[in-house]
Amino acid sequence: MGTIARLDDVTLAFGDRIILKNCSLEIVEGAVTCIVGLSGAGKSTILRLLDGLLIPQEGHVYVRDRDICHLSEGQANELRRKISLAFQFAALLDSLTVGENVELPLREIPHLSAAEVRRMALDALESVGLAHTFDNLPSELSGGMLKRAGFARAVVTSPELVLYDEPTTGLDPIVTHLITETIVKLRDRLNGTAVVISHDLQSIFMMADYVAMLFEGAIIAYDTAANIRSSRNPIVQQFLQGSEVGPIPI
Amino acid sequence: MKLLDNVGRATIEFFEYAGGITTLAGESASFMARLRIRAGETIAQCYLLGYQSTIIVLLTSLFTGMVISLESAQQAVSFGVGSLVGGAVAYGSVRELGPMLTAVVVAGRVGAAIAAELGSMVVTEQIEALRSMGIEPARFLVVPRVLALTIMLPLLTVFADVVSIVGGMWIAFSYAHISNDAFIASARQTIGFEDVLKGLLKSVVFALIIAFVGAYQGLRTRGGAAGVGKSTTGAVVLSIILIFISNFVLSFLLFGGQ
Repeated sequence: MGTIARLDDVTLAFGDRIILKNCSLEIVEGAVTCIVGLSGAGKSTILRLLDGLLIPQEGHVYVRDRDICHLSEGQANELRRKISLAFQFAALLDSLTVGENVELPLREIPHLSAAEVRRMALDALESVGLAHTFDNLPSELSGGMLKRAGFARAVVTSPELVLYDEPTTGLDPIVTHLITETIVKLRDRLNGTAVVISHDLQSIFMMADYVAMLFEGAIIAYDTAANIRSSRNPIVQQFLQGSEVGPIPI
Repeated sequence: MKLLDNVGRATIEFFEYAGGITTLAGESASFMARLRIRAGETIAQCYLLGYQSTIIVLLTSLFTGMVISLESAQQAVSFGVGSLVGGAVAYGSVRELGPMLTAVVVAGRVGAAIAAELGSMVVTEQIEALRSMGIEPARFLVVPRVLALTIMLPLLTVFADVVSIVGGMWIAFSYAHISNDAFIASARQTIGFEDVLKGLLKSVVFALIIAFVGAYQGLRTRGGAAGVGKSTTGAVVLSIILIFISNFVLSFLLFGGQ
């Protein structure tokens, strides 16, 4: 399998705070790659770099071998239709119904009729088991339903790459399982690629083909899920065991 | 050194702010020029920002007209020129108080609402979600609000002018026994259609100030609920200051020497 996207020696800082330092990562096409790391390590920043929402101060971000760091706003918008970001708290527009939220990215595609837009939005909601919420407002949905509605909006345009920002955080084990299954199901349905940020190890090893660990601004381990689980890297082991003792400063 | 540092920092912040709001206005103008306008949302915003401000604008204008009439009628009658009261009320309302007071009231209500709405969309990642879908926030959110306010504020100003004059006329009649005919004749003699148009031109400028300041304050919100509060207050304060400054400049340019 080839590479759909990659970060090449990326450095990014917000003011004096360095988030990523010479960070490199390859995203394998057709696979589910999970990025793990401590809270505030810069995992969500990687997703925003891949979506073109942030530009690194140094290094390059490539999507299908195209450097996306120097795109015009129009070119960036074109790119974002091939890549979708599912936000941690769904980020549905609260003034619109769930259906209208899912229809939003489709309305940017000129040749689609209103009937087609509605049908595609309903299909996307159906794929996450939420077709019945089409006319509901986001405020009427539970946390798990909101996340799934966010997924429906993310996949409605059949993107090549879907980025999930902490999809299972704050959910009970049953909904976490449902969300994890939904991500795998959507990846299979789209025949595409997914990058998932998560702290839930059970969920990660249930869905991941590859796992990358981010520590102190760089990817310190990247391998198949099975190899990461048996990694001898003391940082990885401490993280997987949730131990306070080890090289990770608490 | 600290003073120099502070002055330097404030200067940079000023130019960053001015540059940011100019860029937002430029982007919005570009979308409007290319007719990339959400008509339905613009109509909805006309209702929310304009129609729903009607009562508060009419009430403030009514009492302002009544106060001008009350004060001027007292003086005018004591000097035996009660017939000039209509002119005084109409002059003040149409050229100055109508456009400015309406804008100040709308800035308090609508400028704050725009900043709070967009600010809370920033902190809940809704703006970032729009950008991630390839949807420009300026086109999706700012243009409908700018257009709605540019349409509705002049309309509200016309209503405010009329209500202010009618309120003044009622007080002049009931308090100083100045007949309605004399009041209207004095008003017509003092102001012309040109004055009304110039007042409306002012209200268009005020509408742009309120909409862009509110939108920019909202979109630059940082730091959660506290940030939204700060943006909202900032939008109202800055809009009102800019309304007063631009009112002076416009009065000088439009009515200077008259």
